Amino acid sequence: MDFQWIKVAYALLTLFIVLNYGLLMTAVIQKMGARAGRRYGIRVYQNYIDLLKNYVLRSKITHGYMYYLGPVFRLTGGIGLLLFVPTIYGSEMWANFSFSGDLILALYFVFFGTLGMALGAGESGHPLSALGVSRGLSQVTSAELPFAIAVFAVALQYQTLSVTEIVAAQQGGVMSWTLFTNPFAVAAAMLGFLGSMMRAPFDVVLAPQEIPIGPPTEFHSAYLALLQTNRNIFPVAKIVIYMNLFFGGAASWPVFGIKVFLLYLVSAFVGVAFPRFRVEQSVRFFLIWGVPLAIVGLYWV
Amino acid sequence: MKDDSRKFPLRPELEPREVKTPDGQTITVDPLRDYFCEAAPRVHAPVYVKIVEDFFNWARSESLWILGFGTGCGAIEMRPLMTPRFDAYRFGIQWRPTPRQANLLMISGYLSVKTLKRAIRSYEQMQSPKYVVGLGSCTINGGMYFDSYNTIKRLDDYLPVDLYIAGCMPRPEALLKGFEDLKKIIRAGKAEGANAYAENFAQYKERQKAVIHDWDMPDYNW
Repeated sequence: MDFQWIKVAYALLTLFIVLNYGLLMTAVIQKMGARAGRRYGIRVYQNYIDLLKNYVLRSKITHGYMYYLGPVFRLTGGIGLLLFVPTIYGSEMWANFSFSGDLILALYFVFFGTLGMALGAGESGHPLSALGVSRGLSQVTSAELPFAIAVFAVALQYQTLSVTEIVAAQQGGVMSWTLFTNPFAVAAAMLGFLGSMMRAPFDVVLAPQEIPIGPPTEFHSAYLALLQTNRNIFPVAKIVIYMNLFFGGAASWPVFGIKVFLLYLVSAFVGVAFPRFRVEQSVRFFLIWGVPLAIVGLYWV
Repeated sequence: MKDDSRKFPLRPELEPREVKTPDGQTITVDPLRDYFCEAAPRVHAPVYVKIVEDFFNWARSESLWILGFGTGCGAIEMRPLMTPRFDAYRFGIQWRPTPRQANLLMISGYLSVKTLKRAIRSYEQMQSPKYVVGLGSCTINGGMYFDSYNTIKRLDDYLPVDLYIAGCMPRPEALLKGFEDLKKIIRAGKAEGANAYAENFAQYKERQKAVIHDWDMPDYNW
């Protein structure tokens, strides 16, 4: 298959749509969280203003090369995850740069940003950054375990490593989704999903308004704005993976919007209903509940 | 200015010392030089054309990130702003835990000399443009601590204040009104406190050192 340059334009357009969708959806979800706490919540367009303000701050300082690269790696993780899996099933253009075997690359990209962030935060030399990164890495690693095993289960079930073919196998009604053909794997993966969405009960890594803000302690101005951009792209990209693997994918942009929103809502619901885990508690939670479920899912196929 | 170097010797952990690294090298650590930057602040003038700068100022005014740092009794009046009754988030106001990400420093009430040192360090670590709001009478003229030996009387002598909110203590409603006023000042392009601080740096430092006797940090530490 020869490369078509128009795909680059479509990829950029995908990025644009997803960024705006992410900015608005995050604000709506935050408003819903605020309503659960009987508050009015932020304005729907607040994320845009915060992003703009951080990009146009006048002064910035640096701690070294890796400090520059940390946010860049993080953003690369988000964009890479988004662009190398098919966003809309059945469309050659919105499939972006997906290829057979992209599942492995996606698994890699999910972790890539965290590792880049670890390097950047380590360079900043702030003790709370190092602390936050070590907490974050241990939590994300343990949350990744059930997800990775569930992905193996799905790959075995459909005998392919291509996300497009996995989506294709799930077409033809709700009952052919992985959710119903392999419920244990999906349950395990959803636990991993909660763990990597940085919402309660697993948000002690990045508790945004407390003393240990975690990895981004030293990041400010445009660095922080890059991280914020990624905070709006990465969750959507991650949900696209989940949607494709477990919930039948999306055949059009409206279906995409609804499914992504509902999946994000799962983590928000859990977030407002449950208090926070400490890191070692969440690691134990994933090892005790997530991994056995995922292994049952593996036996199921 | 009186010389206090004998009375307040450098703390032992800030003195230069030899450290042996895990791989066997011996290196010299000078905390005052290694852990801080000594470069003086620069003036960051508004460089864009007026309409762009106005737009940016609007964005800055609608996204005020407050440093979560309470200095006096006034800090207790800031907490209700996060709760359902007053909910400052709907005005674009958030609290951040680190000075790097904040651009509004609320001096909430009386400021003892010991806390002033920390407030100055926090202020200098914030990124420009940054704003200071003095909360309560204590920051204006000392308030009920007017004859205290240990608190500062006029905050404006030590940090460039953009706005005072008078009262003892001002209620959360007064704070919300104050934030709206601060937004107007920022939108008008008059909140250039960070530049004023950089321009009159020597003067500010002289006044700060006149009250802080155990000055054991570089003049400017971002």
